[in-house]
Amino acid sequence: MTQVPAGPSIASVADLLAVAYRIEADAVQRYTLLADQMQAHNNAELMHIFRDLARAEGLHAEEICRLSGDPALLERAQSLTDWPEGESPEEADLGATHYLMTPWHALQLSLQCEKRALEFFSSVVETTRDPKVKEMAAEFVEEEAEHVNLVYRLLRKYPRPTGSWPDDSDTARAQD
Amino acid sequence: MPDVDSLSLAIVGSGGAGALTAGNILLEAACAAGWYGLMTRTVGPQIRGGEAAALVRLATGPINCMADRFDLLVGIDWLNANRFGAEIEVGSHGLVVSDPRGGDLPAVVARAGARVVEIPIKELANSIPDGRPNMIALGIAARLTGVDVSVLSSVIDKRLAEKGQGAIDASHAALKAGFAAAADLDAGMTLAPPAPRTTRRWLVSGNETTGLGAIRGGVRFAAAYPITPASEILEWLAPNLCRMGGTLFQAEDELAAINMIIGASFGGTPSLTATSGPGLSLMIEALGLATAAEIPVVIVDVMRAGPSTGIPTKSEQADLNIAVYGFHGDAPHVVVAPQSVEDCLFTTQWGVYLAEALQVPTIVLSDQFIGQAVAAIDRPADVAFIGHRSTALDPAAGYKRYALAAGGVSPMAIPGARGGQYTADGLTHNERGTPTSGESDHRAQLDKRREKLEAFSYGDHWATLEGRGELAVVTWGSLTGVVREALDRVRAAGCDVRLIAPRLLLPVQPKQFNAALNGVKRLLVVEQSHGAQFYRYLRAHYDLPADVRTLHRPGPLPIHRQEVEHAIAQWGP
Amino acid sequence: MGPVMSSIEPRLTCKPADYKSDINPIWCPGCGDYHVLMSFTRAFAQLGLAPEKTVVVSGIGCSSRIPAYINCYGFHGVHGRALALATGLKLTRPDLTVVVASGDGDGYSIGGNHFLHACRRNIDMTYVVMDNRVYGMTKGQPSPTTEPDFDTALSPGGTGLSPFHPLVIALASGANFVARTFSGRPNETADVLVEAIRHPGFSFVEVLSPCVTFRPDERAWKQQVHPAPVAATNDPAKAARRIMTDDGFNIGILYRGERRPYRPKIGGSSVELASLEQEFEL
Repeated sequence: MTQVPAGPSIASVADLLAVAYRIEADAVQRYTLLADQMQAHNNAELMHIFRDLARAEGLHAEEICRLSGDPALLERAQSLTDWPEGESPEEADLGATHYLMTPWHALQLSLQCEKRALEFFSSVVETTRDPKVKEMAAEFVEEEAEHVNLVYRLLRKYPRPTGSWPDDSDTARAQD
Repeated sequence: MPDVDSLSLAIVGSGGAGALTAGNILLEAACAAGWYGLMTRTVGPQIRGGEAAALVRLATGPINCMADRFDLLVGIDWLNANRFGAEIEVGSHGLVVSDPRGGDLPAVVARAGARVVEIPIKELANSIPDGRPNMIALGIAARLTGVDVSVLSSVIDKRLAEKGQGAIDASHAALKAGFAAAADLDAGMTLAPPAPRTTRRWLVSGNETTGLGAIRGGVRFAAAYPITPASEILEWLAPNLCRMGGTLFQAEDELAAINMIIGASFGGTPSLTATSGPGLSLMIEALGLATAAEIPVVIVDVMRAGPSTGIPTKSEQADLNIAVYGFHGDAPHVVVAPQSVEDCLFTTQWGVYLAEALQVPTIVLSDQFIGQAVAAIDRPADVAFIGHRSTALDPAAGYKRYALAAGGVSPMAIPGARGGQYTADGLTHNERGTPTSGESDHRAQLDKRREKLEAFSYGDHWATLEGRGELAVVTWGSLTGVVREALDRVRAAGCDVRLIAPRLLLPVQPKQFNAALNGVKRLLVVEQSHGAQFYRYLRAHYDLPADVRTLHRPGPLPIHRQEVEHAIAQWGP
Repeated sequence: MGPVMSSIEPRLTCKPADYKSDINPIWCPGCGDYHVLMSFTRAFAQLGLAPEKTVVVSGIGCSSRIPAYINCYGFHGVHGRALALATGLKLTRPDLTVVVASGDGDGYSIGGNHFLHACRRNIDMTYVVMDNRVYGMTKGQPSPTTEPDFDTALSPGGTGLSPFHPLVIALASGANFVARTFSGRPNETADVLVEAIRHPGFSFVEVLSPCVTFRPDERAWKQQVHPAPVAATNDPAKAARRIMTDDGFNIGILYRGERRPYRPKIGGSSVELASLEQEFEL
């Protein structure tokens, strides 16, 4: 039996839209943070990838906004707090980045995010009793599935890096 | 018997005899009667019961140093008094009153050639119920100095009030007995009567005036870690800060004390701590932080003999180097040095004012001699230097804590000011305060911090300048009083001589110093430092005449006027 | 009058983003401190703290860089002395919310003495130590919480010294609130910070925050942390025993004490300056 997904309770379409918006908004913030990290650590390629991912998630968020038409959507989304461990499904793992990470790594991270989001909406579909919520959640499932496929296609462009990817012949520098 | 303008007496005793109490009472009574006075002391290393000598000088006019030797010694006993060495040297013209059962005269006293008279002080004390030997000694001292017994009695009443009437009565009785026992003694000199008092007078120590100067300057928070000989500053501040709506807080160590006052100052409260050499060494890192983050704080260093633990109860002038040069990196800051018990008030207050105006740490280099000496002084005039800090009360958007501007002082946002949020940092920073390792910001901020000190107008307070002539004596701190009296005698003998005593040691004042040296051909530097720190400081920063000599030695013995006179005499006309 | 609470006046719309400054952190990607920063901003938002009445004080180390990344007043002091700075500040400005940020090196080694006395004094402030069991900023030396067999350049083969228990030390020294959290659970950490700041007196929160560069093994912490099996106690001895017998990964609020926070004796209204000199008058 599918568990009710961990996270804010969804009792209505309005709830679902708020949650969905929040998921995208958090993803935007997270990818932006990672892009800033990469910029600070001079990994330009990854900076661009994360900025692109942030932009993409931003577009998803705007979509949901248009879909909703609710002027209070943003506030509702902001006030949600029930994510386990404080991380919403599409937030890339902050602990999984590395200053020398490659595009393959970033896409793997993104893949995890999209899969988690897909799982989340799937379990909403499975567990909700509200037919409208079910219908809309199913649409989100399709959306996320498309995102997952997109990431898989992108991954074909980037081979898995060899074991030496984190090698840095310079030793660490003490700063303070 | 000749009238003298100055008379010096020492009361020596050990093991709880109460020699210091006797000296304090004598001083207070004499000064209440209108004389000026100065008292220091010398003690053994024990916490209680050790050997002690109260060293008192009374005079008809203001004095800032001790005489070259004592005219009168009253020895309750001489146990371990050899330890005092030349500190209790008596003149050959002098009079020594000695208890025959009090042990052998110390060598320096025995060979002085002074008259020695025996009075059985302890026996007399024992003959009075609850009689104490120090009161007998006090009675003898009253007879020899001319201080009125009734004035002494009122001081005793005041000081022993909490010990009860029994103790007071016994003390009066012993005082009278001592006076009677000395009735036939001829001191060989009489202290000239005091002029009628026209000024308000204080009886106060340098450490106390330091505390008062701090509060007058605006200090309302002090963090304390006790250390000899600075603890009295903190002890005086504890209740008095509280009465002024401020607070003193004891820290776990000097590292905490200095950081606490930096934190308090960051929050907007003028703050101070007091320590001695070892404590200042610990505080140096944090002083660098206050310099870099431009946070005003005042640190009083009551110098004692060093290095390391040194001689905690003795004075020296050997913390000049660490105060001026001790910070790592280039860290311009302010160092001031009071010149007397009275000057501790002005100089500390000025130090607070400078710290706040320039947003910089200020070190006040006092020393054990003036810190712990008790003096009768004319009430110092009120001084207008109250600390005022340039603050950003209503920071505009884009506020920059360390903005470059003419004069180098940038307004400081105090927590609570909306829009002024910044992070104070010891890391090199840009105008906003954000850490940077860039060349231009580092240079710009170094320039700013130097400019704010150099652009400031310090006025005449930077030094004491007296006299004229081609010969000048440069000194600082507590030696100013010694040199002044020595030069009075030199001038009285017909020789012109100048006194130059800088009060502001950092930032250096080349223009003013050169002006003070205009026409000087011979310069004598006088200081209490084994390594001649002040002489090397003068050489490093100022243009000196070709002919320079130094009179320098370390503690524990004070430098005397006659040493200065002798050095000048040796130099010839 | 009840225990001192700094004035926490909630603002109407407080979002964590309001508390982020525009300075980009220099922490390594993957560092636990990014999560801790999130927890700080979430906690401040939850409390509705006025940025201009909040001060984050730190020492030296990676964790100590945090004040500049937060929109509030900050003090990045010298190594080990953050608690002393904060003490002077809070004593003279009890109206401010003071949070102290440190690491296991800055806080437990050079800062150890000040740690004891801050707990003892119980002045109202919150002390957050980001413990990564290593000196990160200076390239990987052992800290007082490092395991004895951890190999480093300064201690080849490990120090052979047992780490001590900072939480127990805090309890023994008188801290009024003791908690342990994990950076990888930023919401939980934020909630604990909120309670810590609200709790009167000295609140101590140790945040296990992995160092991705020098302790990659700490990635395993994510699986190792678990909620403490019992709710917080108000008995310090009980709390101490629990902590000394746990595996070091119990997270949650472990102790909530009831000591009154310290307030300095400050005279009511100030007297005339001239009255201070009366004792000197002859």
